[in-house]
Amino acid sequence: MKYTIPAEEVMCSGHKACQGCGAALAMRYALKALGPRTIMTFPACCWSVIDGPFPYSAVGVPLFHTAFETAAVVASGIRAGLDARGEEDINVVAWAGDGGTFDIGIQALSGTTERNDNIIYVCYDNEAYMNTGVQRSSATPWGAVTSTTPARHFKQERKKDMMAILAAHSIPYTASASVAYPEDFVKKLNYAKSIKGTKFLHILASCPPGWRSAPELAVQLARLAVQTHVFPLYEIHEGRYFRMSMNPKKKPITEYLKPQGRFRHLTEEQVADMDRMVDERYEYLLEQAERSKPYFEDKKGN
Amino acid sequence: MSEEIKWTKESDMPLMAMSMGRMTVNKTGSWRNLRPVVDKDKCNKCGICWKFCPDVSIKMDAEDYPVVDLEYCKGCGICATECPKDAITMVKES
Repeated sequence: MKYTIPAEEVMCSGHKACQGCGAALAMRYALKALGPRTIMTFPACCWSVIDGPFPYSAVGVPLFHTAFETAAVVASGIRAGLDARGEEDINVVAWAGDGGTFDIGIQALSGTTERNDNIIYVCYDNEAYMNTGVQRSSATPWGAVTSTTPARHFKQERKKDMMAILAAHSIPYTASASVAYPEDFVKKLNYAKSIKGTKFLHILASCPPGWRSAPELAVQLARLAVQTHVFPLYEIHEGRYFRMSMNPKKKPITEYLKPQGRFRHLTEEQVADMDRMVDERYEYLLEQAERSKPYFEDKKGN
Repeated sequence: MSEEIKWTKESDMPLMAMSMGRMTVNKTGSWRNLRPVVDKDKCNKCGICWKFCPDVSIKMDAEDYPVVDLEYCKGCGICATECPKDAITMVKES
């Protein structure tokens, strides 16, 4: 069989993720791309549980469980240690959820990015604090129901634009990826691996219990998020130059919202509101991509 | 690497928490309510089910047909949903 993504499995079976976990899928693809010469840091997040209890581990690479705020700086420290020993071919990856990136870990991430330490920071975004029982985070999208924003008081704030915050640090590479497009995912990680400096990847990882959707729809929902323009896949190079990874024809947003219990309460007007917000953001990205075209033409290929 | 790690006395334990074995000791197949069954006549050997399995429990055999590792399959049903030929059906576990 011809494999479109690397065939080697670094992550093993038996991990403690829920049925249909997008985060487990994200880790599987990430380790396929990065290979076994990788060191990871996990803050408190779903993956600190999925990995399993002492003395077992599911990832198959050395990993460091850190405090909630410190995934990025611990990775910086490991990088500094490896550089001192001259082992520069090892990838150091900070692997954090959306709480550990958007809310709690943002100052450490900002510091690491400002120093431009040579690490890859991966945020697998399941759009709430899923590990502790679905509390809202600043990555929760507008309109979603969580245990702290119940249906009568659903989330009134927009999702934080983390990619833009990172891009404002003039970071060499920022990209969004989705578990529904593994080839694109692996390509982006391979590119991140090949350049020096802080690299940030924002991954939409579907979460059946938190999104109140069926586990078999996990990959389909991640795909619909891209197809309905809710979670566009794009890259930002040098903090300034945008490129759309794919520009699919927009599907009606209800296709993405309907299978998810967390959006069940929305009225038709509210869905239209949400649609408008999504379109606004997508148009902005397309404009930026149009402006950046000359940069990518000069670079040829990458 | 997949056998269970047991200590008889405290001095056998490592000084700090560290990974000493793999999670393959944890047989997650018992979580399953629905079992995927592959229909080889419909299968076109594309490997999409292998690609989207979050539990790494689909392997391709020598003839490139998918084989489900029932020791670990949690029965999420992603393989059945993603299969372009509808060759995988979810059957209720008895």
